[in-house]
Amino acid sequence: MTSISEDSDKEKVRSVSVDLNNDASLVIDIPDALCERDKVKFTVHTKTTLSSFQKPEFSVPRQHEEFIWLHDTIVETEEYAGLIIPPAPPKPDFEGPREKMHKLGEGESSMTKEEYAKMKQELEAEYLAVFKKTVQVHEVFLQRFSSHPIFRKDRNFQIFLEYDQDLSVRRKNAKEMFGGFFKNMVKSADEVLISGVKEVDEFFEQEKTFLLDYSSKIKDATAKAEKMTRSHKNVADDYNHISGALNSTAADNNTAFKKTISVCVLQKLEDRVASDQELKLTELLRYYTRDIQAAKDLLYRRARALADNENSNKALDKARLKGKDIAQAEENQKQCLQKFDKLSESGKKELTSFKARRVVAFRKNLIEMTELEIKHAKVRRLKSNNTLYGSKLSIFLLCQKSLGY
Amino acid sequence: MSGGCGRNPPPFPDNEDQEAELDTQVLDSDDDDDEGEDIFTGARLEEEESGDQFELNIAVTNPEKIGDGMNAYMSYKVSTQTTLPMFLNKTFSVRRRFSDFLGLYEKISAKHSLLGCIIPPPPQKSVVGMTKVKVGKEDSSSAEFVEKRRAALERYLQRVVAHPSLLQDPDVREFLERDELPRAVNTQALSGPGLLKMINRASDAVNKMTIKMNESDNWFESKLQEVENEEQLLRRLHAAVDSLVNHRKELCSNTVVFSKSVAMLGSVEENSALSRALSQLAEVEDKMEQLHQQQAFSDFFILAELLADYVRLLGAVRCCFEQRMKVWQRLQEAQSTLQKKREAEAKLLWANKPEKLQQAKDDINEWESKVSQYERDFERVTCTVRKEMLRFEKEKARDFKQHIVKYLESLLHTQHRLVKCWEAFLPEAKAIA
Repeated sequence: MTSISEDSDKEKVRSVSVDLNNDASLVIDIPDALCERDKVKFTVHTKTTLSSFQKPEFSVPRQHEEFIWLHDTIVETEEYAGLIIPPAPPKPDFEGPREKMHKLGEGESSMTKEEYAKMKQELEAEYLAVFKKTVQVHEVFLQRFSSHPIFRKDRNFQIFLEYDQDLSVRRKNAKEMFGGFFKNMVKSADEVLISGVKEVDEFFEQEKTFLLDYSSKIKDATAKAEKMTRSHKNVADDYNHISGALNSTAADNNTAFKKTISVCVLQKLEDRVASDQELKLTELLRYYTRDIQAAKDLLYRRARALADNENSNKALDKARLKGKDIAQAEENQKQCLQKFDKLSESGKKELTSFKARRVVAFRKNLIEMTELEIKHAKVRRLKSNNTLYGSKLSIFLLCQKSLGY
Repeated sequence: MSGGCGRNPPPFPDNEDQEAELDTQVLDSDDDDDEGEDIFTGARLEEEESGDQFELNIAVTNPEKIGDGMNAYMSYKVSTQTTLPMFLNKTFSVRRRFSDFLGLYEKISAKHSLLGCIIPPPPQKSVVGMTKVKVGKEDSSSAEFVEKRRAALERYLQRVVAHPSLLQDPDVREFLERDELPRAVNTQALSGPGLLKMINRASDAVNKMTIKMNESDNWFESKLQEVENEEQLLRRLHAAVDSLVNHRKELCSNTVVFSKSVAMLGSVEENSALSRALSQLAEVEDKMEQLHQQQAFSDFFILAELLADYVRLLGAVRCCFEQRMKVWQRLQEAQSTLQKKREAEAKLLWANKPEKLQQAKDDINEWESKVSQYERDFERVTCTVRKEMLRFEKEKARDFKQHIVKYLESLLHTQHRLVKCWEAFLPEAKAIA
């Protein structure tokens, strides 16, 4: 069982999105979470001045499935077809560290006590990092809703925040899962529809082109970033093994080895930090891959509405020709047009603000990542200098000169 | 990559007076905020002893492929620069091929190992590596192989000439000076696995010894144990460093791929400032890849090869100890034979057979002189092994220190360039609007 508590570090972790807790009338965070075997229990804490809530401050426990329920419910709400629905948080995945922990347990006999303890410590840190990340992602999900003028008023959202009993979200049975799969299949056919439909609005035409292209590129960048970060971690782990092997030597009188140990510890830290920075970038890319998908979903809903609109026009013409069911066809056409116009209007607003949000988030993340890289690299450089040349300043200066720095 | 035989001058000017000042704090390996650790303490005692500075620099360079197809071979230029009077010239060079080096090892080994010297082992044969070169594959892996071998041959020669008695050996001189060497044959036994078999056979011989050596002092026993422990440690370290090298190479290729992907993303991005920043990021990642590549090179040539060399050297040290035990065993056998001859004589006296007595007395004399000869041999070997061990440890400490300093310098260099890369990127990131 592991839990985390309010951390000042969490502020730094929130670099994926811009500050979503600006409005004090509804403030949501996840201050605590518990991990029990496979399940993670998040404590959702709300502070509000809105009268629609029963109390000004309250907390409820929620599991990942309940977040998904909220997401699906919102997606299925017809009213929100013209909005970008915040992407659902991914399922907490502890598979990586868990597997490593398993392997470590198996190899326990082949390594010394110190090495085992160190590796265990490393793994626990990794586990904690995954844990923190999943909390953050679930938190941001909720904050997207709370900071959106329309979503924050949604009844289901309020239930999610307030209802202190279990939401009894039963697992999707086979029929529903199959239904969902079918829906996705139809959706991909509809993606052909998006490209095929004749677009009258220049704005949406541009958006379509941009989003389709960007989506594939960002997906690719995310995958490559993940691979790179993993490699960097492997390098850090190797330094760990090296320093572990050196630590286990009984020959403590060998100062050369001792130097190497400190070097390896240093280097391991370097690589670990570097992979952490890359992880930030990867997280950003991953998040926006999902967000782009949500924007694409909006486009496809609008394209659907456009197609429906055109079909209703054709149906009306046919009805007028045949002379029957005209009133019904007229009503239908009016509704379709209304729906389409509403979608277009809100869609344009949403997509425009999405652009701005994306640029700001990238900027923030890239600056943070770079500043941290520089700070850590300078610290490491100073430490390396000290290790190499001893603490005597005179020697340090001599070496600066000889190396030309 | 020319250099002295492990007696390079320290990297900075007037080091001598600074060394005296440096404190000798013991390093706490868990604390990376270390102050005052110094590299020079271990070597200080050694530096003081080295009065015998001599000038001999060897370099192995210019690998050239001679011939074609499966009979092709690499020829290397061996250049020597010296002030020693025993050589004909001050600078000279010859061309040698790999089997020549193996042949040199064989000759040296045959002569000196019986005396208890530690003979530096030659670089290992590699069928796969060599075949690629012969077949003419002009790719980076065969170029890497040739460079690895060139560096290994250079280190081998440098170790040979660092040994005072080996340097005096005429075969060594011939190897360095003579224009054409007769082709060395029967070098199969000295290929990697062959050499290993030899070393293992030596261990077996020791284990089968029925009479345990009675050491007057524990020095030899504990030293041998130390050597065996260290060999194990170095093997483990080498495996870990090997893994490091491979992972870093993986990191290189993944970074390049990522860099391209970011560039693509930047080209699609509609916000022009962000687009520019992304393509700058791609360039930074490209530079990272180059840094990683260089670091991998350092990891390998500075650390991995050092460790591999010493694993084999420690094997040679074990052979040397085992050689001493063989000499001792020979002495034991001679002593027991002498004992038997004396008993035989006593029996003859008792059985009163005067005609055979003279023979018995001759036998005894023969074996008495053998025993005293072998006793002298054993003492001499014991003394040599002790000296060799001390010299070896000195060299090893110096070698490790040098390499670690070099490695630290490479890390420092990499870190420095890293800082510069990211500092250049920061304004681009800030310019996003």
